[in-house]
This record gives sequence, structure tokens and C-alpha cells, in this order.
Amino acid sequence: MLASLVSISLGAILVNNFIFSQFLGLCPFLGVSNKMSTATGMSVAVIFVMTMASAICWIINEYLLIPLGLEFMQTVAYILVIAVLVQFVEMFLKKAIPSLYSAMGIFLPLITTNCAVLGVVLLNTQNYYNFLESVVYGFTGGLGFTLAIVLFSSVRERLEFADYPKAFEGFAICLVAAALFALAFMGFSGMKIL
Amino acid sequence: MTVLWAIVVLGALGLVFGILLAVAGKVFAVEKDPKEEAVRAVLAGANCGACGYPGCDGYAAAVAKGEAPANGCVPGGAAVAAQISEIMGVSAGAGEANMAFVRCSGTCGHTKEKFTYEGIPSCLAASRLGGGSGANVCTAGCLGYGDCVAVCSFDAIHLVDGIAQVDRSKCVGCAKCVAVCPKNLITLVPAASTDVVGCNSKDKGPAITKYCDYGCIACSKCKRECPADAITITDFLAVIDQTLCVHCGHCADICPRNCIHDIG
Repeated sequence: MLASLVSISLGAILVNNFIFSQFLGLCPFLGVSNKMSTATGMSVAVIFVMTMASAICWIINEYLLIPLGLEFMQTVAYILVIAVLVQFVEMFLKKAIPSLYSAMGIFLPLITTNCAVLGVVLLNTQNYYNFLESVVYGFTGGLGFTLAIVLFSSVRERLEFADYPKAFEGFAICLVAAALFALAFMGFSGMKIL
Repeated sequence: MTVLWAIVVLGALGLVFGILLAVAGKVFAVEKDPKEEAVRAVLAGANCGACGYPGCDGYAAAVAKGEAPANGCVPGGAAVAAQISEIMGVSAGAGEANMAFVRCSGTCGHTKEKFTYEGIPSCLAASRLGGGSGANVCTAGCLGYGDCVAVCSFDAIHLVDGIAQVDRSKCVGCAKCVAVCPKNLITLVPAASTDVVGCNSKDKGPAITKYCDYGCIACSKCKRECPADAITITDFLAVIDQTLCVHCGHCADICPRNCIHDIG
């Protein structure tokens, strides 16, 4: 049991990293990674939404959709859950941490349409994870997202002082750096834990 | 039957989530400062950004928090400053009104051109050519493609005879044109000032006379005759210290190049 959880965790963080291996959630990855503080804030929001979405979606799928034979409604129901969670996080941040709220701007509501979040819950269903496994996969998937975006934000902060050709200025050099990152994470691909 | 269940289940989910969100909305409601809304209501509403905040909403929020001065709204001027200070219960700082002024007098026919410019009709584009002065021989003068006219929110600056001219009845001193002019020709002068030097060329006299009929040749006549000693010659250019100027208009009368203007 523990072994499978460790395997799921390491898989979600390194081997099948949502951003670098599955290429999900690229929009906030590129959009909010220019400062490490906002990147961290975004990551916390994503971890929260992914974990909660995994838990709630598993319950809804297991006790509502499957007994009633409504598996085909999974995507719609999941989107509903994610939208509500994001709305909730937005309200909470606006009240509790207004500076983070304004720093994340449009990208906070965009978590709703963040494919990484929907990806987590759909993969949970696809892999027949049980409740605990789903929650762990959601949480560690969020951790993998955090790892990627925080690492990348530190690179982008350094890029501001880097000496690269003028033609690469702005987004171009950012995409090149992201590609190199993805190549580095390719090193984990195919690894089997246990 | 399945369809019915699908509708019921999703409807119920939506209802439950909706109620949860409504409760959360009440719990996490953010109180807006009523002062902020009152301040926002009296602002000019041009979103010109002259106050240094992102739009009127940003300025109103900063005022309500006590971070911004009451006289920050440039287009609103003294009237708005008085209203804001009434709302905030503080005394209004004396907001000094400024107006833009274009430091060039070289109208069409009185200046020389190096070539005929047929590119994009924009000062910024033209200023990339001819060593920074476009088609003008004068390296300092107005290019006359109206970047300042395009940026003005108050219709207060127009091209007259090839150079930009500020309509002082409309200018509010928001300094947008100051920022956009690639030749840094436009400055803010106190609205009360009457005499201004309409030239920004730092060329020496003999050079200027070859290409412009109005350029300042730094002859120092105005400096010598100014009753208030308000004029200095810096870099071959007359400069009027508006804090010393007594608005007599003498310099404008005697300038042999007619580049000091009486705009009062």
C-alpha cells in the first residue's frame, strides 16, 4: 500500500511531471513564472485545487456517477467541481491575501480551465485509483507543478540579467529555457519505481 | 431514464455548490471603503495615469488608504482636489497647475529639410532616421508627425504649420505628450507662466541661422535686459526661471530671433 503511494508520488513529481512530461498546465507555467513569489503563490493555489478536486471528484464518481451508471458525465461533473473550487480559492485569497490575489490576476480564474487540474482527476479515474491514491496523486501532481514552476521562475529571474541575442528577447528565450528544462526532465522518463 | 438521472444529479450538484459558494461569498466578503467610492466618483475619470496610479480606480484606492495626496488628480485640478480633501477630511495641498509647452518655433518654410520623408507618419519612426532628427536639419526641433496629438486625451495639442502647439485652454498638464515626444521637446511649465523660450537647440548661433529662422542663437540680449535676472544662457540656449519671472513680456518683445513667446 505504502509502496504504491510512494510510486505514485515520485511518478507524479518527477517521472510523469505534469508540465515537463505530460505538457499539461503550460498556460500558468509560462504566464505566472516571471517572479518567484507569484509562482509560489500560484503553486499553492494549484496544489490546493488539485488535492481537493481529486478528493471530491473521487467521491462524486464513486458514490454518485458509477452507481447511477453516469460515467459518461464524468468530465462535466469534474469541471463543475473544479470551477467551484477555483471560485472558492479566489474568494479566500481576495479576503486573506489581497496582494497575492492581485499579483496572480487573470491566471487565478484560469486555473478553472487549467488542463493539469482536469488531467489529474481524469487520470485518477482512468488508473482506477482508490480514494487515498487519488488524493496523493492530486497532491503530488500539484507538488510536481510547483517544482516545475518554481524552478523555472528562478531561471527566468536570472534570465533578466543574462546576455543573449536581442532577437531572443522576451518570450522567445523563455520558451527556449522551458524546452531545455523539459529535455532535462526527459531523463526521468521510463523509470520504474518498484 | 439515464438522461433524467444525469439532469437530476448535475442539477443537484450545481445547486449544492451554488449554495456553498453563496455562503462562502458572505463569509469572505471584502468590505470596500466607502471613501474609496466617494473619491472615485469625483475624479475626472479620464484614466490618464498622470497621478502615477493605474487608472482612476487605483488612485481612488490609494487616496482612501491615505497613501496618495488629495491633489494627485492632474486633469481634475484644484476643484477635484478640494472635493477629495473634503471627503478625506484633510486640507488640500496647493496643487500647482502645469501646462505642456512645445519648445520649438520652426514652422514650415522657416526651417530646412535634408530629405523628403515618406515613411510612417510618426515622430518615433522618423526620429530613427537622419541621425535622430528625421528629415529636419535641426537636431532638436519638432518633427511634426503628431505623436503628441495622438496621445492627448483632451484634444489639447495640434499640429499648426508643421509644429505641435498646445491649446492652453484645454491642456490639463497630464504630461502624456511629454513622455511620448522622441525629441523630449515638450515640457511642463507652470500654468501662470507667460514668457517661454520656443527653442531647444543647443547648436551655436552661426550654425542655427543656416537652417532655422527662429532658433535661439544665445545672443544674451534677453539675459541682459531682463529686469528680474530670470534668464540664463545654458548650452547656447536661453532658459527662463519661471519662479523668478515677473511676466513683463520684455524678453519676448526684444528677442531678435522671435523665439521667446508671450503666451500669457
